[in-house]
Amino acid sequence: MITVKGFSYWYPGEEEPALEKIDLTIPQGQFCGVVGANGAGKSTLCSALSGFVPHFFHGEFEGEVRIDKHMVAQTPLGELAGEVGLVFQNPFNQIGGARFTVREEIAFGLENLGLSKKEMETRIAEVLDLVGIEELADRSPFALSGGQQQRVALASILAMQPKVLVLDEPTAQLDPRSTEDVFSALRGLVQRAETTVVMVEHKLEWLADFVDRVIALDRGRIELDDSPTKVLSSPRMVKMGIGRTQYTETAAAAKRGKLKLRPKILPVTLDQARTFFR
Amino acid sequence: MRLRWENISFTYPTGVRALDDVDLTIASGELVAIVGENGAGKTTLVKLLNGLLRPDQGEVWVGDWNAAEHSTAELAARVGFLFQNPDEQLFERTVRREVAFGPRNLGMTEKKIRSQVNAALKAVGLDAQAERHPYDLPVSDRKMLTLAACLAMDDPVLVLDEPSIGQDAAGRARIGRILRDLHTMGRTLLLITHDLDFCAEYAQRVVVMADGHILADGPAAQVLAQNEVLERAAIIPPQLVRLAQGLGLPSMPLNVRDFVRVYSAWRRKKKKH
Repeated sequence: MITVKGFSYWYPGEEEPALEKIDLTIPQGQFCGVVGANGAGKSTLCSALSGFVPHFFHGEFEGEVRIDKHMVAQTPLGELAGEVGLVFQNPFNQIGGARFTVREEIAFGLENLGLSKKEMETRIAEVLDLVGIEELADRSPFALSGGQQQRVALASILAMQPKVLVLDEPTAQLDPRSTEDVFSALRGLVQRAETTVVMVEHKLEWLADFVDRVIALDRGRIELDDSPTKVLSSPRMVKMGIGRTQYTETAAAAKRGKLKLRPKILPVTLDQARTFFR
Repeated sequence: MRLRWENISFTYPTGVRALDDVDLTIASGELVAIVGENGAGKTTLVKLLNGLLRPDQGEVWVGDWNAAEHSTAELAARVGFLFQNPDEQLFERTVRREVAFGPRNLGMTEKKIRSQVNAALKAVGLDAQAERHPYDLPVSDRKMLTLAACLAMDDPVLVLDEPSIGQDAAGRARIGRILRDLHTMGRTLLLITHDLDFCAEYAQRVVVMADGHILADGPAAQVLAQNEVLERAAIIPPQLVRLAQGLGLPSMPLNVRDFVRVYSAWRRKKKKH
């Protein structure tokens, strides 16, 4: 479980907080999406949940972040790594580069967990399959496309089997099919292993289909926090510069026009939109 | 400026055959999207335009130049590139110097460089950040910065590799407006994207690629409604196309306004019957 209480954070030398008075409880086994316009504080929230704030990014903070019983500010990053895994926005920042193959890259994190060789091999095979990169196992991580690297970065973190998984736009460079695969794999983890997943994502349509809850950040604060349908259809999404799915926008435009459409709640998924326009 | 790939094949040193006998012509002033899954050959195709890669077979033409006879530096005066990862093309100390780098290399006068840089920074919304270090900007702004650097060069051809990645709604709309303006100015624009909703809204023509081949090529409304072809290319159609197909609308709307128009007419007709 993730518990955030009155958490504010200022990057070194900044007057405005990047996060302001965040209160948040995410139970074990919830799949939670985080949305926000550029600069809303999404990546900073990821850093705060995974300990990079305050252990790597210094600056000032107030309040507390807890992962289960661990107070993040008081727990060294190395110790947190077994509890919470962070998948970075840019896979280049994640892939160590000390290893020659994708398989070795994934093994790197596992070596620090003190697992047996057999257990490591099992986990590596599992995650290669889970993110669909078996055929890349023996290639160099640096000879891969951006989308392939992004999946290697994800696999490396998944192999650690953290209880909490924090992902910062993990599908940005992926094509739609691979995006769907990643969302399905995460959904599966939530269901099978009760992993808690916090995922920053601009692809609203996928959030609508897959997550349990959506949090919308605006200038460092939580503006909306509710079910995907309620948050993603809210007119405030437009005001905050996040936007809405085309299903929602089309329904909103139809309602503004002369069309008399009965349903009150705007659709956020294809199925909802089909019902809406029927 | 017209672009032409004549029977192009290309194999990477790793043995991966990225393009297999591809033939494609893009007329001057077209706004064309190239879509396909990761590894379909899209980026390879456009890297042949500025000599970053050279084909094993066939000829690439950029206007009246055979790319084989020109250096990457020469081709850069004709083809501007917005890379997928902005950090591959940022190396100056300030935003302003970054944008001025290209125009200076093209030999523009200082006065011209200044006006080009100011206009480009304004277009992407970074005019207030001109003196900052590029790496102090968030990644979405670094992408805007590389776009400004392309705009300042005034190249007749511009290739944009995944311009909408990591952008919020406002950023997407801004990039869309810039594309439309460039299109009105008669630039030849190539858009490589996985963002099919963005593609539907802005591209006139869509080329679908898979495994180094062209699977389909035609007007956006036609190509984006060919489910079988898109399925083979592992592409999911845009949201509005899926909704229109689900409802059985008679034509494929590519933006919200079109959808409402087509839907309203369809509903009136349905009620009459």
